[in-house]
Amino acid sequence: MTTLTKTEGERAPSGSEAFLSVRDLRVRFSTEDGIVKAVDGLSFDVERGKTLGIVGESGSGKSVTNLTVLGLHNPQTSTVEGEIVLDGKELVTATEKEMEKLRGNKVAMIFQDPLTALSPYYTVGRQIAEPFMKHTGASKKEAKARAIEMLDKVGIPQPAMRFNDYPHQFSGGMRQRAMIAMALICDPDLLIADEPTTALDVTVQAQILDLLKDLQQEFGSAIIFITHDLGVISKMADDLLVMYSGRAVERGTVREVLRAPQHPYTWGLLSSMPRLGGDTAQALTPIPGTPPSLLNPPTGCPFHPRCGFTSEVGGTRCTDERPQLPDGRGAACHLDGEQKQTLFIEQIKPRLG
Amino acid sequence: MSDKLTLPKPQGPVDGAAEPLLSVEGLTKHFPIYGGFPIKRKVGAVQAVDGVDLTVGVGESVGLVGESGCGKSTTGRLITRLLEPTAGRITYSGQDISHASRRQLAPVRSEIQMIFQDPYSSLNPRQTVGTIIKSPMEVNGIKPKGGIEKRVHELLELVGLNPEHYNRFPHEFSGGQRQRIGVARALSLNPKLIVADEPVSALDVSIQAQVVNLLQKVQEEMGIAFLFIAHDLAIVRHFSQRLAVMYLGKVVEVGDRDSIYNRPRHPYTHALLSAVPEVTLDDETEDRERIRLAGDVPSPIHPPSGCRFRTRCWKAQDKCATEEPPLIQISGNRDNHLTACHFPEDPTTEARAEDVVLDPALAALEKEAE
Amino acid sequence: MLQFLIRRLSGAVVIMFLIGAFTFFLFYSIPQDFAELACGKNCSPENIAVIRENLGLDKPITTQFWEFMTGIVTGRDFPQGHCSAPCLGVSFDSDQFVWDSIKDRFPLTLSLTVGGLVIFLLFGLGTGLLAAWKRGTVVDKLVSGSSMVLSSFQIYFLGPIVLSILVYNTGWLDFPKYVDFTENPAKWFMGMLIPWAVMATIFTAQYTRMARSTMIEQLQEEHVRTARAKGMRQAYVFFRYAWRGSLIPIVTIIGMDLSALLSGAVVTEFTFDLAGIGRLAVDGSLSKDLPLTMGVMLFGAFFILILNIIVDLAYAYIDPRVRLA
Repeated sequence: MTTLTKTEGERAPSGSEAFLSVRDLRVRFSTEDGIVKAVDGLSFDVERGKTLGIVGESGSGKSVTNLTVLGLHNPQTSTVEGEIVLDGKELVTATEKEMEKLRGNKVAMIFQDPLTALSPYYTVGRQIAEPFMKHTGASKKEAKARAIEMLDKVGIPQPAMRFNDYPHQFSGGMRQRAMIAMALICDPDLLIADEPTTALDVTVQAQILDLLKDLQQEFGSAIIFITHDLGVISKMADDLLVMYSGRAVERGTVREVLRAPQHPYTWGLLSSMPRLGGDTAQALTPIPGTPPSLLNPPTGCPFHPRCGFTSEVGGTRCTDERPQLPDGRGAACHLDGEQKQTLFIEQIKPRLG
Repeated sequence: MSDKLTLPKPQGPVDGAAEPLLSVEGLTKHFPIYGGFPIKRKVGAVQAVDGVDLTVGVGESVGLVGESGCGKSTTGRLITRLLEPTAGRITYSGQDISHASRRQLAPVRSEIQMIFQDPYSSLNPRQTVGTIIKSPMEVNGIKPKGGIEKRVHELLELVGLNPEHYNRFPHEFSGGQRQRIGVARALSLNPKLIVADEPVSALDVSIQAQVVNLLQKVQEEMGIAFLFIAHDLAIVRHFSQRLAVMYLGKVVEVGDRDSIYNRPRHPYTHALLSAVPEVTLDDETEDRERIRLAGDVPSPIHPPSGCRFRTRCWKAQDKCATEEPPLIQISGNRDNHLTACHFPEDPTTEARAEDVVLDPALAALEKEAE
Repeated sequence: MLQFLIRRLSGAVVIMFLIGAFTFFLFYSIPQDFAELACGKNCSPENIAVIRENLGLDKPITTQFWEFMTGIVTGRDFPQGHCSAPCLGVSFDSDQFVWDSIKDRFPLTLSLTVGGLVIFLLFGLGTGLLAAWKRGTVVDKLVSGSSMVLSSFQIYFLGPIVLSILVYNTGWLDFPKYVDFTENPAKWFMGMLIPWAVMATIFTAQYTRMARSTMIEQLQEEHVRTARAKGMRQAYVFFRYAWRGSLIPIVTIIGMDLSALLSGAVVTEFTFDLAGIGRLAVDGSLSKDLPLTMGVMLFGAFFILILNIIVDLAYAYIDPRVRLA
């Protein structure tokens, strides 16, 4: 049974034209222990100039999805099925040469740890200028001028001097700024940011998040923002996709998902996370158990072994039947709409303090 | 500047609690740096911890927050005496342990235990869970009633693991379960104080809450005092009754939970709280102040003179460079709420008429957008 | 940089002194009369006394040590004549100055080593990179497999086989013989060809495997992924980003191999009956020729120290994070 019907595949969640459209994406890795279903039937859309947040824990498939969009998965150990359409162009079947033209140009990426994501052997300036020379055919001098302009834009003091520094001479926050400069130098239409602030301190994180938002205003790029932190996502995203076990379990606008969540997993995430304005007398409610193995995912709803609401559904639907993620706003859960609403208001919301 | 001190530097018990279990005065740790020519010599020091005062009462949970490089982890390691302090005094139960020898420390060591950040590297992969938990008891010659085995089973049950997994190895457990093993190991000696250094930051969100709840249960039911070191302000707030905020090796503000989170005075505490991305659940509008600092934390090798935060502070004046502000109860603070600042902020976190945006790139972009 | 060089070179001098002292006193702890050794069989007591005086063996051991060490720096006089710096003494056996013997033998060892090195680096790194580029394919498996087999060979095994085929049976090549390069480059080359080829066969395999595994490791690095995410060509990513990181372990091994080979490739020299430094060392040690053995040892130690400094300089050149201090 597949997740999505054809009709759903043709409509974007909020109706307007999608710039990136992923349909029924399946990514499998063959390992010594067996086949890992890293992404298992995922569909989503990103609109021009908008930010899609993807939230999930480790192993939810959120990073793999985005590496696959750029074709950066290992083709020898993984198989990709489904459709990835970027601005009318199908990427799953694209050649390596076509992908090279796209990467860093139309689609750029920012990684989690700027220390390991920048080469220690070359200057920051060179690494930033490189994609500009490659994609625009600019001369070395032009690329340098452009790179210095970008360094200035992302807030590196004395950019002309810093151009010649190596990454280890930068602080953590500056390195991530340099990564952003590198990603934006060709003015991409889509920026994929994979946990871009997880390795940073909280005050630096706040600077970088605001910087990304402001730069998005200026450059007009769409952003896919991947994180495990609901707080960060609530500040950054317009639309939100919650992933669990290689699948999307809930989607909607950030407002909808965070204020009236419908999936028990989203409920669990919210109630296991203390908030600054929360009631400290209210104990946290963790999600019991551990994330499922991707080698051998649970039957039916992948969340059912950790879900406290299977009895509300009744019968064996949760263990036997995989719930569909409806079109647009919704959650992949067998609870009916009314149940979702009353359970959240009566049982979950009071816990959130 | 009339809103200055009312009290001299307070010492000893805080919070009206009885005699503190642990008290730390002027704790300092400098890691020397060698270099120079032609003969290598000490040319400087990383001033990781530089004069920290702190108390932890019996059964109390104290949080230690700050960003990387602020010295919070080093402080934890000094208190557990995994490191030797350069200067200062650590007093545990009235006994000075700052420079105690191995032998002198032995009885104290079992009472002060540590839980580490990384549940993967802090457990010996070649030992079974049973061995890991029982070896502290064997080393310290503790013979619990009913035998060591029985005690290990009890501990495993207490931390929510199946006692039958006694003979399994750490790699057979998930991250959260491993951290539970770490907790069981710490509990095996019936400690009075646990120093928990970022105990949940390596775990997934849904698992973090499991471990936080376990630690809270341990703290409340067994009356164990905690020094909870973390960078996540929301988790520290949830766990700790009292907090100390550190910046570049110094405590800049200390007080009870409500004072620190709702009535902070130090500009750094304001900046830190304002930077926390918070999920807004209701239609409550964002009414928290917005402060965006510039740059990163300066190097602890050459910390700024006077107040260490002054290079990133929007209120800094000449005085801040010349005079180090003492950690005192400035006027307007409640009892036991101490702040080290010459020009403190108002005790509120509500939005200001104008945001404080010091980052030049942000300021430029935002001006452009207007 | 200059500071680093001065510090390291002065450190090297101290280490050389310590090595000298160590070997010197170790030898003297052997309960044997060196004058008797130097004299050979059927020696009259008078001869021994003369030799003892000539060699300075009648002086206290500390004086002898001091004279030996100063001789290295300033040269010293022997009955055989003036021994100019660096004077490592006179061989008991041959009555020659030790430094002259080393000077005699060294060009051969240098030719053998450097020539072999060039060949096995070219082939080893080349095949290793090829295997890494084509990892997982038949080419990779073929290269990895054959390097596995080849690296289990030894010179003393492969050498005689090659000799018997190319020299004794077919007569295509002459038996290896050292001719000085300045004398006749063509003969120099032909004379070294078989030893080079045999050395290269064995060492190549080691470099193939190393280049392959470090490259594959480097290709997993996040910064290599970033370079690909920027749209850089695969070959560019491979040769710029991954290769740069692989150089560190490769340079480390080259440094170790070179210093081992330069201070005496004993097995190679014996296999091809070549009289190089390794041969000299073995001869000296078998005949308890103290000055010769010490001389070769110090010479070898000198090379190891110098190569270590060069390797450290190379690290700093390859990796900007390495600071020379």
